[in-house]
Amino acid sequence: MYAATVGARRYVFADLKTLLAKATPARSGDALAGLIADSGEERVAAQFALADLPLTTFLNEAVVPYEDDEVTRLIIDSHDKAAFTAVSHLTVGALRDFLLSDHATSSVLTTLAPGLTPEMAAAVSKISRLQDLMVMAAKCTVVTRFRDTIGLPGRLSVRLQPNHPTDDARGIAASILDGLLLGAGDAVIGINPATDSPDRAHALLSMLDEIRARLDIPTQTCVLAHVTTTLDLIGKGSPVDLTFQSIAGTQGANKSFGIDLALLKEAHDATLSLRRGTIGDNVMYFETGQGSALSANAHHGVDQQTLEARAYAVARAFRPLLVNSVVGFIGPEYLYDGKQITRAGLEDHFCGKILGLPMGVDVCYTNHAEADQDDADALLALLTGSGVNFVMGVPGADDIMLGYQSTSFHDALAMRDLLHRKPAPEFETWLARHGLLDVQDRIRPRVMPSQFRALLPAEGT
Amino acid sequence: MSKDDKTPAPADGALWTDLRRLTAARIGLPRSGASLSTAPLLAFQLAHAQARDAVHAELDAPRLASDLAPLGLPVLTVSSAAADKSTYLMRPDLGRRLTPESEHTLAAAGQASPYDVVFVVSDGLSARAVQSHAAPVFSATLKILRRDGWRPAPLVIVERGRVAIGDAVASALCATCVVVLIGERPGLSAPDSMGAYLTCKPGTLTSDADRNCVSNIRPDGIGYADAAYKIAHLLTAMRRFGISGVSLKDASDRLQIGSN
Repeated sequence: MYAATVGARRYVFADLKTLLAKATPARSGDALAGLIADSGEERVAAQFALADLPLTTFLNEAVVPYEDDEVTRLIIDSHDKAAFTAVSHLTVGALRDFLLSDHATSSVLTTLAPGLTPEMAAAVSKISRLQDLMVMAAKCTVVTRFRDTIGLPGRLSVRLQPNHPTDDARGIAASILDGLLLGAGDAVIGINPATDSPDRAHALLSMLDEIRARLDIPTQTCVLAHVTTTLDLIGKGSPVDLTFQSIAGTQGANKSFGIDLALLKEAHDATLSLRRGTIGDNVMYFETGQGSALSANAHHGVDQQTLEARAYAVARAFRPLLVNSVVGFIGPEYLYDGKQITRAGLEDHFCGKILGLPMGVDVCYTNHAEADQDDADALLALLTGSGVNFVMGVPGADDIMLGYQSTSFHDALAMRDLLHRKPAPEFETWLARHGLLDVQDRIRPRVMPSQFRALLPAEGT
Repeated sequence: MSKDDKTPAPADGALWTDLRRLTAARIGLPRSGASLSTAPLLAFQLAHAQARDAVHAELDAPRLASDLAPLGLPVLTVSSAAADKSTYLMRPDLGRRLTPESEHTLAAAGQASPYDVVFVVSDGLSARAVQSHAAPVFSATLKILRRDGWRPAPLVIVERGRVAIGDAVASALCATCVVVLIGERPGLSAPDSMGAYLTCKPGTLTSDADRNCVSNIRPDGIGYADAAYKIAHLLTAMRRFGISGVSLKDASDRLQIGSN
């Protein structure tokens, strides 16, 4: 039991998960789950109680029972006690102060990461403002490699997302060329397929690999099929660079995605065995998003932001190249408006980074959420300022397959110019070689290079 | 501003015109510096405004009821437990439940022997979609069903309903199958798309895997006649096999291929 007194009133919180939920800044998903604080005062009372909580509490009280949930077992069993020593005497509030302090340098935070659990990171985020989340995350450097180097300071990478409602090869190729010209694709060229057909996924993988090889692009490609589909394709010899999977923060939610930790390990091992990376072997691409566990009715009475942080523990076990929080995709039942989406995006980026993950964010919204391009612009700028590893690049910000708005090639370009971020170094060299940079090294394509034109599949293929 | 500052370069203009035939994606957009030029910026704003207007437009239930009246069935108008649009968007659980008055209205229209099918219309996320497309699709579907001797229940309009509210309607009216026509989540290119969700023997344990769906019903997607044809065929298959959902899908697809 946890408690805090405000004036004459004493607020009591039955257990750790209740304390975490009541301390969470308001969002519709927690209201839907019946977990939200009953008043503004109760929320801040919970934040006071949370700030006073010793970090060791999180090692002794699980929010989802250890016996029932393999994600909890992963978090507890893989906890690095040596790394934790540096902060083991602190409370949640003191950890926030430490992370903001000048002592917490990039290298200190890298060493600390395996000593922190997702619940500790989530707790700090609940008593932090957006500015704090930005400052703390910006100090984290998480670098990953496959065919290029992602996450170096001063860099902003882009996933090129050339989706098409019928997976038409020529339509996809046209979107890829548009994105490459505008400097997108250094994080990955990744297609969300319209169906989970293995044949279709194989055809798309082959097309992506051919484009990458013919243009000698220092990047990786991915078809975001279910992990079981990708595993089968690996077995059949398809050119798989990265294995993709959506993941969540409880065993039950992962089960609703058709996965467990053993399956992810099998996929990780199989993808590693292909040895397709030229400068590194980070081979996994994970996507997450607040609300997925509640949506699967597998949230165990835990707030959606804490569960999102627990998904990063799943990701962390497999040394991913990319982790992407698809923050506004789920809809207004979970994140109602631009304000809630903005906060969630910065929470996810902070929690992921402080846990040592290569975080990107899909800054996005659906048409039934109270959000628009102004909200997306603001969050994108805040994330770029926070040092986000990568964002999405969708033609004109309009994903015609998934039916939502994400960030465009132009958005990423504007952020690179405004906040002085460069693409991944190998990719930048490649852009220069194809004449896509101007004299000031800005990405300013003029005409389409002839090698690009040659890639367009002929009519009828 | 120099000419070099904009893309596509004049020489590539024809190329992008060709490429845009391959995809509805917004490719080859004119650029000013790193940013979108004014014309594509405003084109996007217009598409988003139309999608937003579609989400927030209120259903004109009396008008819809009068559009449906000529079909020769009584029309009942009820509402979900979500009292307004904002509650509807945030509380999917309330959108799946009827108000007590609505339950009462429907129970009063029930009869001793079950109806074969009940048709439900709900605004969902696009009132405009059902306002435009529901009557013509019903009309064409009923024509086929009546020929085959189906006994339909009164038509039911539900304000602010989710798909699963059809289960509650079918239970209250005592109908064996339910077809819910509902406004789909609007995309930028299709703000007025309607979906049809079909369920056989709906009840409290029904899940989404037990439903069949015909989506993207609109003049530029699946047309009215086509949609009516698919709905009637799925209902026929449901009556024959006594099931709906994932397991029925293949059979109905084959049926359609056979009839083509």
